Amino acid sequence: METDYAIIGGGVVGLSVAWGLLKRGLTVTVLDGEDGSFRASRGNFGLVWVQSKGMDQPRYAKWSQQSAAIWAEFAEELGHNTGQAVPLEQKGGYDFHFSEETLEATVAKYEALKAKLGGDYPYEVLGHNALRKEEPHIGPKVVGAILHHQDGHANPLKLLKSLAADVRRMGGRVLTGKTVTDVAKPDGFRVTCADGTVVSAGKVILSAGLGAAVLGPKMGFEAPVRPQRGQVLITEKLPKLINRPSLIARQVDEGGIQIGATNEEVGTDDRVTQPGLSGLAAEAIAAYPALAKAQLVRSWGALRVLSPDGLPIYQESPEMPGAYLVTCHSGITLAAAHARFLPDWLEGTGDAPDLEVFSEARFAVS
Amino acid sequence: MRPIWRCSVKPASPFLEMETTPRVAVMFDGVSLDLPEGANLAAALLAAGVEVFRHTPVSGAPRAPFCMMGACFDCLVEIDGVVRQACMIEVSKGLQISKPHEADHAEP
Repeated sequence: METDYAIIGGGVVGLSVAWGLLKRGLTVTVLDGEDGSFRASRGNFGLVWVQSKGMDQPRYAKWSQQSAAIWAEFAEELGHNTGQAVPLEQKGGYDFHFSEETLEATVAKYEALKAKLGGDYPYEVLGHNALRKEEPHIGPKVVGAILHHQDGHANPLKLLKSLAADVRRMGGRVLTGKTVTDVAKPDGFRVTCADGTVVSAGKVILSAGLGAAVLGPKMGFEAPVRPQRGQVLITEKLPKLINRPSLIARQVDEGGIQIGATNEEVGTDDRVTQPGLSGLAAEAIAAYPALAKAQLVRSWGALRVLSPDGLPIYQESPEMPGAYLVTCHSGITLAAAHARFLPDWLEGTGDAPDLEVFSEARFAVS
Repeated sequence: MRPIWRCSVKPASPFLEMETTPRVAVMFDGVSLDLPEGANLAAALLAAGVEVFRHTPVSGAPRAPFCMMGACFDCLVEIDGVVRQACMIEVSKGLQISKPHEADHAEP
């Protein structure tokens, strides 16, 4: 066997798991895609986010909290190992509201979730004046915000770079430009690529983002993932204007303000559109009027990887034991959990996290 | 101190002698400069000896034009209160140019 684990997909999800396995002394081979592959890891918004996740499934809220809680220590270790720091700020984040009605409705949902989480859901509601003290540039149309103290944001490109460097530093084999076409299990696993590369492995992890929709069924998974487009904008680098991130805008460590994001069901079209970008800009200016004068440097579209209920999927193949599907929408938020906790699940140790609710059983037709 | 390459260039360049473009006055950072009308603003400012166009908002590092083709956003200047790319603008009479976001730093 060439490698203990073959990992199909070298984005943040695949590399996080690879990193965790390498830390345990296992060998991994990461098969990363082509330049033209859809790469959520390079187009995402960079939030390390807890609020609003798992409103109907407290285990998902808890899983996000578990990851957010160890993110700083994870980023610190990556920076220490590679000399490439992963900028992270976790001093809370906002959900802005432009009407009292939506604010109250959201608070009611948060209260219900908080009760299910045994009270561990530290948020507060800020009216406009209280919010203005925290965010002096907030606009008059924002009636209030929910400030959740477990939220934060990171530099997702530096995370990807640092992860890739540390996986290689620990001896992980990363093969780029590989399109996996077939996975077979005659004895151990044989992973075959379009260019003829064959990797034999003890176990296989499918973390190929949208690519899982094609490969998954060949490996015994349902893999019901679909693309959802998010368009984003980024401004010139600006003096400090925004103190905490929100789903509308965040000021990144380098000074630029990233404005997000559309939610569009348009298949695999990852282009930007003028109405999409105009809508984002208008919303951002409503939140922070000073942004009206900011120069936009770039815009781009990227495709989210969504399951039918938006939750991650962690599933061992019933047809090919030893093959695992690992996919999620929030690869940045969950990077720390994937690195620290998933290896126990993959190796079947006594410390394995309970991921039952994230299995594909939930998609069974009843 | 000029970069070395300038010292190696023959000062009697025919191109310098051939210039017939009328010059117009613009203000940069409180200093009046006579620049060739219609010239690329970033190039004209460099030729006039401006070496620092702005300072970055986060670390305060000095910046000047880099790509000269509208991609890098390093040549940003503020003109009439709007931040613009100097390399994408032509020199015209009376431009009021300042370093962007310098005033923001002066705030408490």
